[in-house]
Amino acid sequence: METLVEIHDVRKVYKRDQFEIPVLNGITLGVPRGDFLALMGPSGSGKTTLLNLIAGIDRPTSGRILVDGQEVSSYSETALASWRARHVGFIFQMYNLIPVLNAAENVELPLLLTKLNRKQRKQHVENALAIVGLADRMTHYPRQLSGGQEQRVAIARAIVTDPTILVADEPTGDLDAKNADETLDLLQRLNAEFEKTIVMVTHDPKAAGRAKHALHLDKGVLAEGQYGYEAEPAVVRT
Amino acid sequence: MAIPLKYNIGNISSRRVSTLMSVLGIGIVIAVMLSMMALSNGVNSAIISTGSKDNLMIMRDGSDTELDSWVDKAKFQVLRTLPGIQKDAQGQPVISPEIIIVFKLPKKDNPKGSNVNVRGVTPMGFEMRPYLKVIEGRMFRPGVNEVIVSRRIRDRFVGCNVGDSFHFGPQDWNVVGIFDGAGTSFDSEIWTDVGYLGSVRKRESYSTVVIRPADHDAATSIKAAVDNDNRLKLQAKSEYQYYDEQTSGLVGIKVLVGFVTFFMVIGATLGAMNTMFTAVASRTRELATLRALGFKRRAILMTVVIESAFVSLLGGLAGVLLALPVNLISTGTTNFKTFSEVAFNFNMGPAVALRGILLAVVAGVIGGLLPAISAARLPITRALREI
Repeated sequence: METLVEIHDVRKVYKRDQFEIPVLNGITLGVPRGDFLALMGPSGSGKTTLLNLIAGIDRPTSGRILVDGQEVSSYSETALASWRARHVGFIFQMYNLIPVLNAAENVELPLLLTKLNRKQRKQHVENALAIVGLADRMTHYPRQLSGGQEQRVAIARAIVTDPTILVADEPTGDLDAKNADETLDLLQRLNAEFEKTIVMVTHDPKAAGRAKHALHLDKGVLAEGQYGYEAEPAVVRT
Repeated sequence: MAIPLKYNIGNISSRRVSTLMSVLGIGIVIAVMLSMMALSNGVNSAIISTGSKDNLMIMRDGSDTELDSWVDKAKFQVLRTLPGIQKDAQGQPVISPEIIIVFKLPKKDNPKGSNVNVRGVTPMGFEMRPYLKVIEGRMFRPGVNEVIVSRRIRDRFVGCNVGDSFHFGPQDWNVVGIFDGAGTSFDSEIWTDVGYLGSVRKRESYSTVVIRPADHDAATSIKAAVDNDNRLKLQAKSEYQYYDEQTSGLVGIKVLVGFVTFFMVIGATLGAMNTMFTAVASRTRELATLRALGFKRRAILMTVVIESAFVSLLGGLAGVLLALPVNLISTGTTNFKTFSEVAFNFNMGPAVALRGILLAVVAGVIGGLLPAISAARLPITRALREI
């Protein structure tokens, strides 16, 4: 199976005053295209940091990260911003919708960074909201939606540009059981039906159970070992 | 592509109370600044608008003001015969000999009094200033102790209404009319007959002579003839230039206005900065989300600066509205070049209002920059964790 995300001996050290705090201690991992991977682990284990590195909103202290063959860990700040706009769809625990924009305008935000015209953007927004089942909530503002609906708008925003990879940080962390279930159904559908590669950070074993694979981090290393996947390890080019 | 403007407008209207407070704060600062500008503008226009570019003023060589100038009556006769002077309907040269004397008169708010320019003129003096109108009473008669008083002097000095008389020097002066000088410095004067004024004040010469040349070439040749004739020892300058130079006597007001404007712009800048620091602090996660989605740092910077400029623009407009009533204020000051009263209206015309609004926007842009830079530089991963 083709490897979409390649992580080579990645280390991340944060500096707090004069102290150096190692968060990731040499992670090597390959995520196959079309996978739905859950990253689990206790607080401070480094799972969100690893997700941020894959998503290109943070850079490793050492090591290399390649997504779809592009070495994103070497990109400049500006190049990373352009790369994220084109290749990454974000799903956050707190949805992170812009409160003063309605559902359609929130979903349209990433499209403003593309060359699509207004009509094309409108079409894409309608499609994305239809996929998440909120075609009738286009003009609703976040305050007029339930938590589950807000998260679905956020997922529509994440998929509207048809990104290479979806990253989700505790996507069910702020939802009740029913809405959490619906959100996971939607993620599974995006993975199965639309072949979206998803990397999800979660505390919840139930949520992790909905993914194709789960890996555990502890103190900045993968508990499962270097390659992680027991059944079918992805190929990491060296 | 930039973050949509609806984002800024939505944010501004979502925090209505704090936006209103910021707009009012900036508005008050701009209103104070505009009032100072209106004062300066009023003084300037009261003096400069007096001078016509069509008229030439002849003064003693070396004199800066009409008060320390004199032109002998014999020299006036020489000037009268210069070629190039415009002729009126009766074929008379358009030339006005004038005497300026300072009277100290009691003010309504200051019994010790203040200096007022009294100008002696001939009927030609009125012909050369057709905008000057008697609005109450009648014109003074030549050869007697009658005066007409400008409306603003009437309002500010004691005993200057029609029918009143005031004492100055050895005789009383009867006020027979009130005139309006259309906002010129004549609005700070009292006018009477030049012959009578000269005789009772024992003046053997005129102060100045005002000439209307036939055309631009004639003006050049008259000026050259006056300036180059060593026997006359006179100088010619356009009336406009003369009054423009008089504003240097009001440099104190200009410095004060500049000083106040400077600090007011800093005040507005700090107001905008405070507003935007608060606005940005409450939207840290939102701005980090926009960056995560792929909006570049400069897009974040721009959106904060635009928002700041917009709030300040509203503040500028509020400032103009708050400052509008100053246009109704009429007051006076002393021109330290002539030591005489200059009456003027606060004048916040469209140009001054526009300058105030522009300065507000500039303050907004500058004030928004620091919060914008701090918002754009925030690490995404840390900002995303903000509640």
